[in-house]
Amino acid sequence: MSASFVLEETTAESAGSLTVIRARRPGRWAAGAVVAVLLAMAANALVTNPAWDWPVVAAYLFHPSVLHAVLFTMELTALGIVLGFLLGTVLALMRLSHVPLLASVAWGYVWLFRSVPLILQLLFWYNLAALYKQISFGVPFGPAFFSVGSMDLIGPVTAAALGLALHQAAYAAEIVRGGFLSVDPGQLEAAAALGIPRARQIVRIQLPQAMRSIVPAAGNEIIGLVKGTSVVYIMALPELFYQVQVIYNRNGRVIAMLLVAAIWYLVLTTVLSVGQYYVERRFGRGLARALPPTPVWRVRRVLAVRRAARRRRSAGGGDEER
Amino acid sequence: MSGPMVDVRGVYKSYGSLDVLRGVDLRVEAGEVTVVIGPSGSGKSTLLRSINHLEKIDRGYVTIDGEFVGYRRSGDRLYELKERDILRQRTHIGFVFQNFHLFPHLTVRQNVTEAPLSAQGRPRDQVEALATELLEQVGLSGKAGAYPRQLSGGQQQRVAIARALALRPKVVLFDEPTSALDPELVGEVLEVMKALARGGTTMIVVTHEIGFAREVADTVAFMDAGRIVEQGPPPQVLDRPRHDRTRAFLSKVL
Ligand SMILES: Nc1ncnc2c1ncn2[C@@H]1O[C@H](COP(=O)(O)OP(=O)(O)OP(=O)(O)O)[C@@H](O)[C@H]1O
Ligand SMILES: [Mg+2]
Repeated sequence: MSASFVLEETTAESAGSLTVIRARRPGRWAAGAVVAVLLAMAANALVTNPAWDWPVVAAYLFHPSVLHAVLFTMELTALGIVLGFLLGTVLALMRLSHVPLLASVAWGYVWLFRSVPLILQLLFWYNLAALYKQISFGVPFGPAFFSVGSMDLIGPVTAAALGLALHQAAYAAEIVRGGFLSVDPGQLEAAAALGIPRARQIVRIQLPQAMRSIVPAAGNEIIGLVKGTSVVYIMALPELFYQVQVIYNRNGRVIAMLLVAAIWYLVLTTVLSVGQYYVERRFGRGLARALPPTPVWRVRRVLAVRRAARRRRSAGGGDEER
Repeated sequence: MSGPMVDVRGVYKSYGSLDVLRGVDLRVEAGEVTVVIGPSGSGKSTLLRSINHLEKIDRGYVTIDGEFVGYRRSGDRLYELKERDILRQRTHIGFVFQNFHLFPHLTVRQNVTEAPLSAQGRPRDQVEALATELLEQVGLSGKAGAYPRQLSGGQQQRVAIARALALRPKVVLFDEPTSALDPELVGEVLEVMKALARGGTTMIVVTHEIGFAREVADTVAFMDAGRIVEQGPPPQVLDRPRHDRTRAFLSKVL
């Protein structure tokens, strides 16, 4: 901690028994008080104004149709992120490879999918069935082994997941590439000098170090996508945002239902933020001299210090505070 | 093969229009220590990096224990090897960098065991035992579970030496292993290297530590402007140099 200390006495001979008194900061207290009052006013307005319709919020928060929608939102997010980052990693490695064709294709992909608005891409995939009636698997430009109607393969759910993932992959590719570029080139050189196989160099040496900068950016993307899934409402898919619209169109409680959605988005992003914190710690291993303490640990330490101080005071004034 | 352990013949290397190596010849017998000295920019690092094919040379060749580095010989032709085969060759050549380049996210023990496990596919229990032994040899038994950033520079370099030795290489190349260290940490690294030399490890060491060269080297090679200007036993090169450039360099570093 960077707290500054004020020494009560500065005579050298009694250095062993000096008492440390923390500096007073009246400004902090005043600012804290102002913010506390503002918070209380806001809370009061939220709770007492009947326009918020809290009873309706409570009634619908765990309504089965809402829960299903939350689940579907989570599924879409997971699909979008997992597929997006898998494809994104492949694209990043292509871009970093020394094969010009691979690098250009990866560049072109990122260029295309970052340039076209997501909502447009989603509608495009949704309507793809109209473009290609049949999708065939077989020899390129040669005979097909089997074909399926594109409507069977690309239903609205697949179209949504596909659209989100393909779009996400473009951003993920840049994040992963940035992560790899942030690793000291000396690391690869050392791995090469040790004769470690190429694939192993990537997975064991580069990737874990790249994760240091990938994770925070990826956390942003995941949280962005949780809310980003709401654009698939245009495909009339029952994700959270679409579902609350359906409900408020029926019961007219617009504010209450928007609150229900907002609360769920808050819950999902909170869980993800906490998860991100611990994932970052995991990949921070060895990169700082000591890992930062977890919040739980920090609270415990503060309590312990308080308790010790109280004990000392009741014991009639001890000497030093560490 | 009963030829030299390391044989560098007529090696040329340029970066664009800059000729860095201009016909280097160097022979190191098994169990010998060769110390390379020379002014900054004379091509010492480039020579070491060419020996384990971190740099591709333009002309000439390098053999380790009779095997061409980076190439396969068939008749009087040299065929470039695939990356996989070059990586396999490098497991015979230890390399210790000026800035250690330890893997910061792996523990000391994992740094040492990584290459023998993944590059050589040796059995884990054998590799773990070897790591224990090597860490003891470099005086770091107590640090096996630490991460590199928790160690001093001298300790990190000793881990890097243990990591290079874990491959059981035929030769170990050192590129200014003590140049990044605080003066009081230089000694501990040099001690480890002296012990290696006494144990019969074949070594090529680029260093500015003339005292080390005098005490440990079988051969000292003085390099200037991409050539080895003169080489021989330490007393000959260090005390009675034949070339003006050697004399001029030594008068600056001694
Ligand atoms: N990748 C590179 N591209 C262009 N020039 C390079 C490259 N690597 C090295 N050089 C140049 O080659 C010359 C020799 O470099 P090298 O690192 O081998 O010198 P050195 O003898 O090891 O010097 P030092 O004692 O400072 O380490 C230098 O002039 C350097 O600038
Ligand atoms: Mg150098």
